[in-house]
Amino acid sequence: MDYRLSEEQQAIVEMARRFTADEITPFAGEWDEQHVYPRETIRKAGDLGFGAIYLEESAGGIGLGRLEATLIMEAMAYGCPSTSALISIHNMASWMIARFGSDALGRRFLPKLTSMEQIASYCLTEPGSGSDAASLKTRAVRDGDHYVLNGAKAFISGAGENEIYVCMVRTGEDGHKGISAFVVEKDTPGLSFGTNERKLGWHSQPTAMVLFDDARIPVENLIGSEGDGFRIAMAGLDGGRLNIGACSLGGAQRCLDEALGYVKERRQFGRAISEFQNTQFMLADMATELEAARALLRMAALKVTEDAPDKTRFAAMAKLKATDAGFRIVNDALQLHGGYGYLMDYPVERFLRDLRVHQILEGTNQVMRMIVGRDLLA
Amino acid sequence: MKVLVPVKRVVDYNVKIRVKPDNSGVDLSNVKMSVNPFCEIAIEEAVRLKEAGTATEVVAVTVGSSASQEQLRTCLALGADRAVLIETDADAQPLGIAKALKALQEKEGAELVIFGKQSIDGDNSQTGQMFAALTGMPQGTFASEVKIADGRIDVTREIDGGLQTVSLKLPAVVTTDLRLNEPRYASLPNIMKAKKKPLDVVTPDELGVDLTPSVEVLSVEPPAERQAGIKVESVEELVDKLKNEAKVIS
Repeated sequence: MDYRLSEEQQAIVEMARRFTADEITPFAGEWDEQHVYPRETIRKAGDLGFGAIYLEESAGGIGLGRLEATLIMEAMAYGCPSTSALISIHNMASWMIARFGSDALGRRFLPKLTSMEQIASYCLTEPGSGSDAASLKTRAVRDGDHYVLNGAKAFISGAGENEIYVCMVRTGEDGHKGISAFVVEKDTPGLSFGTNERKLGWHSQPTAMVLFDDARIPVENLIGSEGDGFRIAMAGLDGGRLNIGACSLGGAQRCLDEALGYVKERRQFGRAISEFQNTQFMLADMATELEAARALLRMAALKVTEDAPDKTRFAAMAKLKATDAGFRIVNDALQLHGGYGYLMDYPVERFLRDLRVHQILEGTNQVMRMIVGRDLLA
Repeated sequence: MKVLVPVKRVVDYNVKIRVKPDNSGVDLSNVKMSVNPFCEIAIEEAVRLKEAGTATEVVAVTVGSSASQEQLRTCLALGADRAVLIETDADAQPLGIAKALKALQEKEGAELVIFGKQSIDGDNSQTGQMFAALTGMPQGTFASEVKIADGRIDVTREIDGGLQTVSLKLPAVVTTDLRLNEPRYASLPNIMKAKKKPLDVVTPDELGVDLTPSVEVLSVEPPAERQAGIKVESVEELVDKLKNEAKVIS
């Protein structure tokens, strides 16, 4: 396999970097501090095709592979991991509608999702079901032409702001076979949102609970058939994990670059701290870890694109490696900045706060190890 | 109306360039290359003319090595319809490039040729003017606004101290200033489409032009390194130094 990017992939990276440098990087600090949800910027990203990167062209998508998606996510995370991750989640949820939903369902929702006039959230986790996702309790009961939903989803990115919620809900027996996937619109009667969570990072997007109190949705909003939900939820997560990993790579690259600039300027003991071997060794380890994580992630992205039999294991390994290494790299970059790294006057602490959650969401890194271990022993 | 847009592959504007140790030129190994920003403005203007229904076809052209295909693909992704590479490994200079473009223009018969006003590497600001002189076409350089109507193009030019508007009869040559427009990003669908658009390669021989450089570069020097400043003890000392050493106040 050729590890170099094709000319077209390089053009995509180039464009995404430019968009990031112009539209994201200069503003990301303010979005973080003021908790701004940058709808206008996201809309511009939609104009470029970032809302439907790997959706098929027949569904109004761009029809690119997972590798290209990770390239775009990495580029945008260089400016703001939180905003990049939000767009990743949108791609994942939209893809579920496109890939598993009926044509009619796609026609209703996809045009505004692919353009990012509307943004989609992904609702799997509940207050009592996180890593054990198949134990979810939110229930849908059929009532004529409608399903009536009751329950609550937790930690939902974009909740209260986004227009579309792709929800995993129990329609049948206990366990993963009794779960179905639905499209729920924001203005659905009986749907409400919890207060915006106060959190460590990811401040450029709201996180809240999504609450169902006899929420009535038309039966046509079912994605696929009853009982398909868990399979759909897991299918989407391979790509979601790649993208979250890519968001960590982008954030880590940014902090490595920040550190490289800082150590050349910062002088102690009469010389630039870049001249100390400790600094050089730290930077060398950071760069090596980053390239290793990137190589694994790109390999995993190719496997997911090709639907390889071991794609889920590779996506899990890549997410584990990229998010753990990414956090360590950012942490080391902060250390190299000394006390200044702890200040909000420098961007590194924002990336530290943003990247920390990548080790938890889209499946914790402990769950990633579980997936990898089980697959190795299967 | 066909619009021809000559573009140039240059060192990306974000790159901190280094002069080669032997002072023979700028070190281009492992350096990121891009479309010259002024040429990108030229492409954007041509594409806007096409979107407005004024232009029917936008043709991007460059003179350079086969690596320049990368920049032509960028132009195609930005909206050009097709591209032509006049391929040469020679160190082409403005006069040679202008002659090659003239030969191409004789085949293409474009009614409007839009250049960037200069490239950010050589800063020559010559190719557009030389091309106009060689072809006998009227030129409006450093354009900050263009308007096309009734077989004429009105070009607002940025000159020292203000703006000047010239009216040219088409076919004409325009070179773009920074404020003519803000180029768009190539969207993902357009990047995908770009690889299917035609990109023809011709040689200077086929066009019957000689690109042998007529100017020899003797030496390339980096700007002098800025010297460290000094701290002064008092306002009086500062004023004294400004007056007598720096001589910036009197």
